[in-house]
Amino acid sequence: MRRLLGPAGLLLALATSVAAAADKTIPMPPDHAYATLKPGPGVEVTRQQCVSCHSTDYIVMQPRGDAKQWDGVVTKMIKVFGAPVNDQDAKTIVEYLATQYGN
Amino acid sequence: MSDLSRRDAAKRIVRFGALLAAGGLAGPRASALAQDDPVLAGRPLVRYPEKTDLILLTSRPPQLETPMKYFDRAITPNEAFFVRYHVFPIPLEVDLATWRLRITGRVDRPLELSLDDLKTRFPRAAVTAVNQCSGNSRGRFTPRVLGGQWGDGAMGNAEWVGARLKDILTAAGVRQGAVQATFDGLDKPAFPSVPDFVKSLDIARIMEDQDILVAYQMNGAPLPMLNGYPARLVVPGWYATYWVKNLSEIAVIDHVFEKFWMKPGYRIPDNPCGCVSPGTAPARTVPINRMTVRSFIASPVPGTRLPVGRPVTLKGIAFDGGYGIQEVQVSSDGGATWRRADLGGDLGRCSFREWASTWTPAQTGPARIMVRALNRIGESQGREPLWNPAGYLRNVIEHIDLQVG
Repeated sequence: MRRLLGPAGLLLALATSVAAAADKTIPMPPDHAYATLKPGPGVEVTRQQCVSCHSTDYIVMQPRGDAKQWDGVVTKMIKVFGAPVNDQDAKTIVEYLATQYGN
Repeated sequence: MSDLSRRDAAKRIVRFGALLAAGGLAGPRASALAQDDPVLAGRPLVRYPEKTDLILLTSRPPQLETPMKYFDRAITPNEAFFVRYHVFPIPLEVDLATWRLRITGRVDRPLELSLDDLKTRFPRAAVTAVNQCSGNSRGRFTPRVLGGQWGDGAMGNAEWVGARLKDILTAAGVRQGAVQATFDGLDKPAFPSVPDFVKSLDIARIMEDQDILVAYQMNGAPLPMLNGYPARLVVPGWYATYWVKNLSEIAVIDHVFEKFWMKPGYRIPDNPCGCVSPGTAPARTVPINRMTVRSFIASPVPGTRLPVGRPVTLKGIAFDGGYGIQEVQVSSDGGATWRRADLGGDLGRCSFREWASTWTPAQTGPARIMVRALNRIGESQGREPLWNPAGYLRNVIEHIDLQVG
């Protein structure tokens, strides 16, 4: 039987026996570069504070908006999602987003 | 094993090896089919573990969209099935020797079920059902709304096999006064302040629906990790937000669960259309639930140039929230007249239904093909999109633009 299967069959048999132990592990690709934030005052604070919970594509895909929109988003991250961002950094982030991703 | 399937299996293994060697990430490529679509423009195709090339929405937590070309058939391949996680980190490893599905709360006999227990202690049940993200097509809302800016590919259809949730709860013995069950998966937020992704369903609903499963098989194979390995909840007819992945705990409770992902998250206006005037907020909301009727044209792709006078086959899928598709209609004159498309095989009331129709372009110039579906209780799709602030329930009549001559 094994001889009939040939090299591909052996590889498959090996993979099947590994699968029978049945644990699964996958590697996680790094954040994709397509979502790099635009340069500008506050970009570093914004990047550092936001990427501890999510990649920056969460930011760049959103509709553009004024300071009111971005203040709402940053406040939600702090109040609802418990992001540990202090008041000064929150202000910097809102200004950065309203400038670079404003209307 | 046939030569063909053996070759395929070997190829899959080799491909996965190459993927590991490359660090799990294929190089950035423009999403070729998406160039003309403003929502998808600029978003790369990426290849994640156990997945083929999908359109990247976000890297972490991952959200990957299925290209429209896969919706020319009823069953969506596992490797092409969309991915959507809510919190980071996500589970990257499962050891079946230690993985257990715990049934806790107001039950007579708390359970800790291994995957083997799920397979052997309960009757095997199967259902073919659509899994669609609540926010599918959110990127097309006008005025735009905040949230994941999906195109139309946050959906898929698979044959799910598993144990019935009602059988599991019956084995645990639901106590008097139980109101809901909550569902939690292995994905746990990095900070304790971030709300864990937990969803709930009414006990009454669970006990009357034979098709709600704890599924351990998807299209005849174990679930991909990113689609919920080793088991996920399957709630046919309802949006994917309830289909908790990498399921680890079911708790029976004596009240209505109202933590973040049930309230204020995933709510729709409490009225028959689930909609409000664009730009306004609803007075009252309810948890999102049954899916609206939708239909799509997967082939030909938008922008295709076709010769005059030669028949072309239009193909796609239609689905609804669990009543089943009655009819699919297409129009090539801007919706003035509609003709009935041919329906493919019926795989169940919660499945994609394939449709096809032959169209012969009569004159040169731009052409628009529209599609709409009708379900078995007379629900259909509208000419104008409905709006709500979270960008849910989209089901406007879809179209593609083609070039003739």
